[in-house]
Amino acid sequence: MIPAAFSYTRPASLAEALSLLAGASDGTKVINGGQSLLPLLKLRVAEVDRLIDIGRLGELQGIRPGADGGLVIGGAVPYTAVLASPLVAERCPLLAETIADIGDVQVRNRGTLGGSVAHADPASDLPAAMLALDASFVTRSSAGERVVAADGFFHGAFETDLRPDELLMELRIPGLAAGTGTAYRRLAQPASGYSLVGVAAVVRTDAGRVVDARVGITGVGEVAYRARAVETALLGGSSVADAAAHAADGQVVASDIHADAEYRGAMAVVFTRRAIEAATVRAG
Amino acid sequence: MTLAANPLDTLGQPLKRKEDPRFITGTGRYLDDITLPGMTHLVVLRSPYAHARIRSINTSVAKTMPGVVAVYTGADTAEVNPLPCAWAAGGVENHLDTPRILTPDVARWTGDAVAAVVAETRAQAVDAAAAIDVDYEPLPVVVNAEEALKPGAPQLHENAPSNIEAQWSCGDAAGTAQAIGSAEVVVRQRIVNQRLIPNPMETRGSIGSFDAGTGEYTVWMTSQAPHVMRLLITAFVLGIPEHKMRCISPDVGGGFGSKIFLYHDMPLVAWISKQLGRPVKFVETRSENYQATTHGRDHITDIEVAGSRDGVITGLRVKTIANMGAYLSTIAPGIPTTLYGRLLSGAYRFPNIFCEVTNVYTNTAMVDAYRGAGRPEATYVVERAIDLFADEIGMDPAEVRRRNFIPPDAFPYDPKVLTGPTGLTLKYDSGNYAPALDRALEMAGYADQATAKAEAASRGKLLGFGLSSYIEICGVAPSKWIGLPGEGWGAGLWESANIRVHLTGKVVVTTGSQNHGQGHETTMAQIVGARLGIPVEDVLVEHSDTSGTPFGYGTYGSRSGAVGGIAAYNAAEKVRDKAKRLAAHMLEANPEDMEYDDGTAFVRGSPDRAKTIAEIALAASVGYDLPAGMEPFLDETAYYDPPNCTYPFGTHVAMVEVDRETGHVDLVRYIGVDDVGKKINPLVVDGQLHGGIAQGVGQALWEGAVYDDSGQLLSGTMMDYALPRASRLPSFELDETVTPSPVNPLGIKGAGEAGTIGSAAAVVNAVVDALSDFGIRHIDMPLTDQTVWRAMRVAEAGGAGGDVRGAAEGRA
Amino acid sequence: MSEEGATVEVAVVVNGTPRTVAVEPRKLLVQLLRDDLGLTGTHIGCDTSQCGACTVHVDGQAVKSCAVLAVQVDGSAVTTIEGIGSEGALHPLQDAFWTNHGLQCGFCTPGMIMCAADLLARDPDPDEPTVRHAIEGNVCRCTGYHNIVRSVMAAAAAMRDAEAGTSQPTATAQPSAS
Repeated sequence: MIPAAFSYTRPASLAEALSLLAGASDGTKVINGGQSLLPLLKLRVAEVDRLIDIGRLGELQGIRPGADGGLVIGGAVPYTAVLASPLVAERCPLLAETIADIGDVQVRNRGTLGGSVAHADPASDLPAAMLALDASFVTRSSAGERVVAADGFFHGAFETDLRPDELLMELRIPGLAAGTGTAYRRLAQPASGYSLVGVAAVVRTDAGRVVDARVGITGVGEVAYRARAVETALLGGSSVADAAAHAADGQVVASDIHADAEYRGAMAVVFTRRAIEAATVRAG
Repeated sequence: MTLAANPLDTLGQPLKRKEDPRFITGTGRYLDDITLPGMTHLVVLRSPYAHARIRSINTSVAKTMPGVVAVYTGADTAEVNPLPCAWAAGGVENHLDTPRILTPDVARWTGDAVAAVVAETRAQAVDAAAAIDVDYEPLPVVVNAEEALKPGAPQLHENAPSNIEAQWSCGDAAGTAQAIGSAEVVVRQRIVNQRLIPNPMETRGSIGSFDAGTGEYTVWMTSQAPHVMRLLITAFVLGIPEHKMRCISPDVGGGFGSKIFLYHDMPLVAWISKQLGRPVKFVETRSENYQATTHGRDHITDIEVAGSRDGVITGLRVKTIANMGAYLSTIAPGIPTTLYGRLLSGAYRFPNIFCEVTNVYTNTAMVDAYRGAGRPEATYVVERAIDLFADEIGMDPAEVRRRNFIPPDAFPYDPKVLTGPTGLTLKYDSGNYAPALDRALEMAGYADQATAKAEAASRGKLLGFGLSSYIEICGVAPSKWIGLPGEGWGAGLWESANIRVHLTGKVVVTTGSQNHGQGHETTMAQIVGARLGIPVEDVLVEHSDTSGTPFGYGTYGSRSGAVGGIAAYNAAEKVRDKAKRLAAHMLEANPEDMEYDDGTAFVRGSPDRAKTIAEIALAASVGYDLPAGMEPFLDETAYYDPPNCTYPFGTHVAMVEVDRETGHVDLVRYIGVDDVGKKINPLVVDGQLHGGIAQGVGQALWEGAVYDDSGQLLSGTMMDYALPRASRLPSFELDETVTPSPVNPLGIKGAGEAGTIGSAAAVVNAVVDALSDFGIRHIDMPLTDQTVWRAMRVAEAGGAGGDVRGAAEGRA
Repeated sequence: MSEEGATVEVAVVVNGTPRTVAVEPRKLLVQLLRDDLGLTGTHIGCDTSQCGACTVHVDGQAVKSCAVLAVQVDGSAVTTIEGIGSEGALHPLQDAFWTNHGLQCGFCTPGMIMCAADLLARDPDPDEPTVRHAIEGNVCRCTGYHNIVRSVMAAAAAMRDAEAGTSQPTATAQPSAS
């Protein structure tokens, strides 16, 4: 319940934050909302020497329309703000659907999208949606800015492309083409509420035929992934059920006391099918 | 709210609770809210190994860390006695092994206390505990009780060969064997009642303070039984005079049994406070609560139920292995023996019952009473047995229940297993079981279940109905029955109350019961207020402090109303008697002609010749003019030892929908028709039922303490132990029948455990019913998505078995 | 704010009163409230931020005060159970929990009320599933949630009535989340 001691810095500006990170030791960690980090520190599963709090930096706030009909969301925007945003509801209902059940209202009030993406818990919901939406992340260090596609950003459990001296500035979500439907379907672990399986599907149809499909899956593998075998099968004209059967292809499926690999793998298939079916219906 | 004809007669009225204002405004005072001048903080270092010899402990670094006041190990506390076990299994040989306040040599589970760190702040103590270096020699581990019995299994205690604590039986072995041997139908099934973690929302804690001037200790504790704790800490553990310690339970945030017991920290904080001359506070973290506070249930049971194809059950044989954990908690051996075997007749006229229980040590947390304590396990056996039997003979399980119910004219009923070879013979007090069943079925729409199932099927869901017609043993217990001559409990189980009516007519009631959410401050006031004709607002109920309240055994076993409440009732009768005698003196009337009603003593037939209780209390208090020989003041104490337990009952119906693709179970409706006798406060009783139901549903669907083979608790935090959440439960639909108990003058039976006792079996029976098309006849709890999914897949594959957790057996 | 030392000054407005406290950076908001400010109505029920007993409002929103560092709320307004109503001037949620027996041991109650207040500030007329979803981050072991749900819905109705002017709201009979 009591973290090991650390020091705490809340930089007043982005420049100060980046300069602090530029010379930071290994024991330095960025805290955004802290809803994942603090429980780890309290149990002393993780220990840090120093926390740099970026939660209030103005550059990480705000939900803005993207030029392509999509969205740009600041890295420190909390879930609740996203859920309350009419712009999100209009342009990216998948995002709202995905985060509606993350944690609980207290966690959503405090937890941030950037924090979740950077933390890369293998059971968190947001990465699945980011993959299916073909989102990208803007990162910045004192050396400059990068734009990293979500696909490829998640390297492993709690490991991402984000470098130690970088901040995750914003999430960029492209606009959806006409005829696109989206859906998120999940199976929750009953104690933590984390997803045993979470599947985000983005499906575009034309005259009843799937012409584009992206499927992001969380909870199943070591990290959230794009289910390309499912997408390929769909585009190749397979039935949704047949395509979904490939949901866990190539994955080392996770196993724990709540869901062993056999069950998780089977549920990946079921929830992939359900997500695609729902997205397809919504695609019209 | 319906108002009584007489506003002072609040018995049976749904009054808002008197204790609530402090809780809803955040001004309750729980243990961790207490800060004493100069207080230090205790953190306990616990073994990371489930079984290990402690080669050495190096505390030198820890002792020099900032704020550290002292560090103690088992070597420092060697003079302190082990904790006592107060309830050995009755009438049989017991091999008792209990924990010490710090283990000196061997750690036997991952909660075993290895060192104690005291510092100025809790954070400093946590930091220092992390700096203690312990050299462990890991030893072989066994966590499963059945495995622990096998030859070659790791041995926990020298005096307990094969890890057996006790072997106990009840019932008629020969008669049951004969019934099973000659039966038309015999159904056999292994069922596991999984280990649970009680999870009161407030974790446990204790504060010790020693006054060198008086030589007296004060120990605050999160206890359901502070008087008993004082006795055990002083006389049994520390060897100090009982009167030199005061034990106080402040506001306690739930217990569900887990706070009945003596834990090592209670004598430890007292001992440390004397060593240091400073107060010391210990509060568990939640993970520590999971590791080190008692768990519940954990039975492996083989049942055989025999009967005929007309639905009549003729025999029930039960063989249970009960996991005790690494040591015995305070009353652990009595839970799977007396409180389990003696309920195995349930609501039924089973002519032959035999039960054998083996209590076993393993490298796991101690197991002791958890809400219902033995009786939910027994009810689960009986109610699953009924459904298994019904399934086997192809009869509606409601009909099988009806055909085997004890008929209403058979009460008081002797189920034979209720009493052992010695002690008081008990019988079920009163009951009429069919009306509760009928009403529950009516509420559930049971007669038209085919339509409901078809509707669910149209949505791709499997709908199931599950019944549980439970009874329970409440109001524990007649001392002569449960005590050493009978069931082995090392004391009595009477309860106490004192009533003082002060000069102004205001009343203070003290009780030996302990309130940790049940509403004693309201319901005891209702009993006393109603009997004395004094507004509830003018009655203060004090409890949970050994200084100022009479000795009492505390709150558990649904005994506060049916035992503690009757003590209060009897004390009120004594006050009424004295008030009448004094009023007669004041009115110059014959004491024999006095009556008492509505707060007034009056001459029979002349209600204008009367004195109010306020007038009488004033006269008694000032004492100027009392009848010859009468002592001043209205101050009466009663000790009540019940002549019998009470036996509430009811039928619960769970309705579940199963997702055949995922195994997910939705509890869509939950119906309970309970008969708890008369109610003191229906608002409070219904609340008890709701909470009890949720705990049973939690066991059925989600909860389970899981150890790996090395004795690590995998469900070690709330991240992995799944508690019922609001979003996963429906509102409950309750109704009642009322069969007053003849055992006590209020006709009450008890309600604290009823919901839990009835609900787990109802939910499991519902899921099995939903899966009937798969030929599944049993699945072990918890019925998680994965477990149910696997049961369906195994059944579809035509197989049986499966893994240990979530094993499903298909009908061949 | 940039500090490397052992303690950091934190300025917060708690229940309307400005407070400045020097804390270790590792100190949690719940520890600041309980240990430094003596506001023991906010409880600690777990160590993984699962139970919600420590729920308070920070700048009008419900948070788990065991999942927020004290230093993170520097400059913020914090409202605890002690700040939303008191005996004699109960918040409608406090009153409804009392009337509907929405509590037993009382330990989860402050967090439950603070969480429900967050809901009612956003949604004055929630249906039962909405209430159940909103409080899923708060564990109660006593009530089975049945009467808690009834309490929240009753409070919502009372607050709507007050808003509609059918009864006179008191100063405290409004959600603190404003």
